Amino acid sequence: MSTKSKSIDSKNNLNQDDRLKNVSSLRVLLNRPELGALGGAILVFIFFGIVAGDTGMFSAFGMLNFFDVSANLGIIAIAAAMLMIGGEFDLSIGSMIGFAGICIAIPAIYWGWPLWMSIIFAFSMAVIVGYFNGLLVVKTGLPSFIVTLAMLFILRGATLALTRLITGRTQVPGLRVLIENDPIAWLFATDTFKWVFVWLGSMNLIDLRTDGTPLATGVPPSVVWFVFLAILSTWVLTKTRYGNWIFASGGDKNGATNVGVPVGRVKIGLFISTAVASTIFATIQVLDAGSADTMRGSLKELEAIAAAVVGGCLLTGGYGSAIGAAFGAIIFGTVSMGIFYTDVDTDWFKVFLGAMMLIAVIFNNYIRKKVTESK
Amino acid sequence: MSDYIIQFNNVSKFFGKVIALKNVTMKLKKGEIMCLLGDNGAGKSTLIKTLAGVHKPDEGEIIIEGEKIVFDGPKDALDMGIATVYQDLALVSLMSVTRNFFMGREPLKGIPFFKTFDIEKANKIAAERMGQIGIDIRDPSQAVGTMSGGERQCLAISRAIYFGAKVLVLDEPTSALGVHQASVVLKYIVKAASQGLAVILITHNVHHAYPVGNSFTVLNRGKSLGTYNKKDISREKLLSMMAGGEELDKLEVELKEINRLAY
Repeated sequence: MSTKSKSIDSKNNLNQDDRLKNVSSLRVLLNRPELGALGGAILVFIFFGIVAGDTGMFSAFGMLNFFDVSANLGIIAIAAAMLMIGGEFDLSIGSMIGFAGICIAIPAIYWGWPLWMSIIFAFSMAVIVGYFNGLLVVKTGLPSFIVTLAMLFILRGATLALTRLITGRTQVPGLRVLIENDPIAWLFATDTFKWVFVWLGSMNLIDLRTDGTPLATGVPPSVVWFVFLAILSTWVLTKTRYGNWIFASGGDKNGATNVGVPVGRVKIGLFISTAVASTIFATIQVLDAGSADTMRGSLKELEAIAAAVVGGCLLTGGYGSAIGAAFGAIIFGTVSMGIFYTDVDTDWFKVFLGAMMLIAVIFNNYIRKKVTESK
Repeated sequence: MSDYIIQFNNVSKFFGKVIALKNVTMKLKKGEIMCLLGDNGAGKSTLIKTLAGVHKPDEGEIIIEGEKIVFDGPKDALDMGIATVYQDLALVSLMSVTRNFFMGREPLKGIPFFKTFDIEKANKIAAERMGQIGIDIRDPSQAVGTMSGGERQCLAISRAIYFGAKVLVLDEPTSALGVHQASVVLKYIVKAASQGLAVILITHNVHHAYPVGNSFTVLNRGKSLGTYNKKDISREKLLSMMAGGEELDKLEVELKEINRLAY
């Protein structure tokens, strides 16, 4: 490249190759993986702002509602995105959610464990499942698609069978009374920033109940976790050595191994984090609903992967971003809730989800070609 | 201390009944470029992997800076300063130049447990190093995929040197390159050697090897046909030794026959 241009006019053409076109800053921006999802999220907000602006969708209550849904999906989508960047899939996310739910509920309700111990138990199980997934993929060299598909069935089946064996039913209710005074449960069950909403209510800026308390009581725990995980993951991916290893492991396994990246360890770590993220999701939902259901989390793995793809992750690994997945989750959450405020039949949501994903994949594929093509 | 930085004495490697290498002997001084020539299946790959510490020799010994060494794995070889640049270059095309340059060996900064990848420092070093070989990195955060084949090869070599290579093992560095790109890479290899590195250049392209090599070792079917200094051997002689001269002579006769029948 510039070895050639050196002789031409290196003073005027500093950093300027004879065969290099000027790259506009727009082009540089286009190369960011999360751009598509960010643009999509803005479009979705504009759309609902026009279509449903005068409904309650953008009231404090309405917004918390769709951010809650987005955040729940976002928690698993971010973990799924990290794993996809690392070059693998986890199809057992949804089943892990159901499994984690009963890992909390059965010990707490039937075995008399304190709630905090059950929660720790569920997270320990998540680490074991994730480790097992990762180990199997790394040691056998089988595609993670197959390994975790097997785990999808095994975990869901075990969840159902064990729950029915121990409790005689498929739902375990009665958790809500245990939350109070528990040393850990508040992490997954407390609305935060309540004072903001009380203040906003006192200023008559948001809707109040008849007893004078605000309709929107506080930021749900899912949103706090979502923001925390989005920041943490982005920091890990872009700022740490481990982040570089994730990109390397997903981009070229052999190459990474040859320069000393512990690819196996990186991948196992990522599988553990998807299982742990599923358990965070499960804990929040189980404590919110007050009951665990064996079918909880069904198909969530596919929604998580869809959000990650919309967020710019390549299915082949090595490229993507956590923030992108977060925006992907916000798009899906906003549409799935926003559709209630419009005249559109909610049955159409899945059509939207699929179309969005298809557009994202085509767009991402184009971007990848742009990034990797030789000049 | 021996004159030679690396020596192979009668190294053999067997895979079951297959003799992959038999009694290979070669030695190399600092600043020298030795070209390892051989056709497909001559045992080049096995020799590279033996050098890189992937395979342990079944017979013979490897002597590095006068000491007999047994590598326990690729990391051992790397720690001894033997850096192998494989054909796939171990570069990830979707990642930036800097991220590739420091892949697996990222410089860190900050407090313990919260150490971050010092990307500014890494960018600076990567740009500087690439600049030294005349490749202007306009933006060290550009993806490696946007670089030409020759530039990628240079990046991989430059990375190996930066991380303390004393012996550079290059596996077919020019095989996928056009004439211009190949000459850029070869120039860089000569420059690296002139700074005191020992280079083992593995290739089947005599035309690339001959201008840069100080000595030539020819492998054929797992055996070394000897090491020759440049002044002792001609390009044509090397070529015929490598391919097994009779093979080519036979081919020529056969081609003549085909041509005769065609007209």
